Amino acid sequence: MRNLTLVLNVCVFLVSSGAVANNSGDAIRGKQVFKKCASCHMVGTEARKRVGPPLNNIMSARAGGMADFKYSKALRKAAHEDLHWTPETLDVFLEDPRGYLPKTKMSFRGLKNANDRADIIAYLATFSGASMAAKIDEGFTVPSKILGIEGDMEYGEYLSSECTTCHQVDGDNDGIPAIIGWETKDFVTAMHAYREKHRQNPVMQMISGRLSNDEIAALAAYFENINN
Amino acid sequence: MTMNRRGFLGTSAFAVATLAAPMVNADSHKKPRVVVIGGGAGGATAARYIAKDSKGAVDVTLIEPTRTYYTCFFSNLYIGGFKTIDEIGHTYGKLAGSGVNVVHDWAIGVDRDAKTVSLAGGGSVPYDKLILSPGIDFVDGSVPGWDISSQNAMPHAYKAGSQTELLKAQLLAMPEGGVYAMIAPPNPYRCPPGPYERISMVAHYLKANNPTAKIIIADPKPKFSKMALFQEGWADHYDGMIDWIGEEFGGGNVSVDPHAMSVTIDGEETKVDVCNVIPAMKAGRIADLAGVTDGNWAPVNAKDMSSKADPDIHVLGDSSKQGDMPKSGFSANSQAKVCANAVRGALTGSKVFPAKFSNTCWSLIDTNDGVKVGATYEATPEKIAKIDGFISKTGETADVRKTTYEESEGWYSGITADMFG
Repeated sequence: MRNLTLVLNVCVFLVSSGAVANNSGDAIRGKQVFKKCASCHMVGTEARKRVGPPLNNIMSARAGGMADFKYSKALRKAAHEDLHWTPETLDVFLEDPRGYLPKTKMSFRGLKNANDRADIIAYLATFSGASMAAKIDEGFTVPSKILGIEGDMEYGEYLSSECTTCHQVDGDNDGIPAIIGWETKDFVTAMHAYREKHRQNPVMQMISGRLSNDEIAALAAYFENINN
Repeated sequence: MTMNRRGFLGTSAFAVATLAAPMVNADSHKKPRVVVIGGGAGGATAARYIAKDSKGAVDVTLIEPTRTYYTCFFSNLYIGGFKTIDEIGHTYGKLAGSGVNVVHDWAIGVDRDAKTVSLAGGGSVPYDKLILSPGIDFVDGSVPGWDISSQNAMPHAYKAGSQTELLKAQLLAMPEGGVYAMIAPPNPYRCPPGPYERISMVAHYLKANNPTAKIIIADPKPKFSKMALFQEGWADHYDGMIDWIGEEFGGGNVSVDPHAMSVTIDGEETKVDVCNVIPAMKAGRIADLAGVTDGNWAPVNAKDMSSKADPDIHVLGDSSKQGDMPKSGFSANSQAKVCANAVRGALTGSKVFPAKFSNTCWSLIDTNDGVKVGATYEATPEKIAKIDGFISKTGETADVRKTTYEESEGWYSGITADMFG
């Protein structure tokens, strides 16, 4: 709860001060700045887990989203309390990681220069096409009765075979986002957003268009569980 | 034991009938056996899912002659220079490691009474359920002047691998200002947009390396898959290079001369430098040998892809006659999962869920200019019936087309992981 309050305070601060809340950073320069992160983090198609998790598809995504990375308790708790990485939250986090998330495992003293932070955020955004699509769900809500449906895992496993033609079960993303380990709420919301044509991809509109509420819940339960 | 049994049964049809039942009983303590013929999008997927989901309760044997399987999908991107041949080649090591008995051999016969499959290398494999997913073969005589002995002079490149490499080598060797001809196939055939994506990829190469070259397509059809999208793309990217001769201009009245390297379209003979002959297609021959075909294809029941001729044989993908789904790798993969669920249910009593099918076909027109078409399907008593679909629109922005191409790359990684593990 403390962390969530912190995030909210930070947002208020940024809005009021008009700080680097927009995408004004220079991604090309950000690539140079990223060298400071590269001893622990990889990004791009070849990115793997190193000391830190790979940083593909983090923008707009819930923090701590990589399936097989052991995050700190502090980060997992913040993620559970709805911390999402946005230009705003990343800006504050990167300025002083341990001030923002006490007990984070990331031992980095921070980027004091606001332009450096804006540039690196712009650079990371170029690897976040899929996760940024999640922003589309802002303003789209699913009734709590539907969110509360308990999914049938066995049925979800069968239905999932239709998804795994494109979405890789090991969580790789080569142009189609990974869907394992999502929180049920995010998964169900995204699927309903496709079904109601709030999200745009025609393949997903088509696939979700014939899934019932129970089937979406079954898929959400199954894919969340793959995360272990 | 197997050899003796085969030899004995072969002597008398009456003996087969009387002894078949006791043999099944004698084997009843053993695990049920599934044999899959063909290791492509249908067969590899079915084998993998049955082995994976039955957790060792079913013996799964996959019979596939090639050690390295080159996917037909994305093989045009190899021709266009967007992929290497190695990037579209896949081996069966992971499938073998996940419990599938992979046999690299040709299946040359099916004894439906004895329930065995005979192999070209000798020996036979018994089955309780047989899944046929052998892809396509060509209809003899469908393009006058062409037969399989001409495929080095005039490649089809419609079973990916050495033929695809040959066609690309011929494209690269074309003289300046030369002519590339394609004889397009009649419906129905594998991968409806495939010939036209290939033309796009050939044009992409020629535009950069041999810009005065020409492409002619003789087509027996009045229209083709994604026609408006391809024609828009050809006009935008390759203006004046491609001449499509459809049915109304005699595109179906064609013969070829592989020695003279000439093509005669509606009575007019043209010398060409490359001639890509894609003949009419039919089910892979083993479907015919198994006696499950009716005409060129094998009719199946939509709910589980079982053959209409034999409830213990299922037919997947290009070879099957199922209704509304196009013959594509995506379709075969989708059908394989429905089939695997039904076969596993029949053999182990696991829960069988209702059939759901879907398909999407992506095509690349030029760099970062991808388009797609897709649909969902359901099983009716008569056929696999289309429910709903979409297609890319003409005039889409470059961003949308680039995203579509990137999505196709994601799909390729996804489906090949889904097939081969």
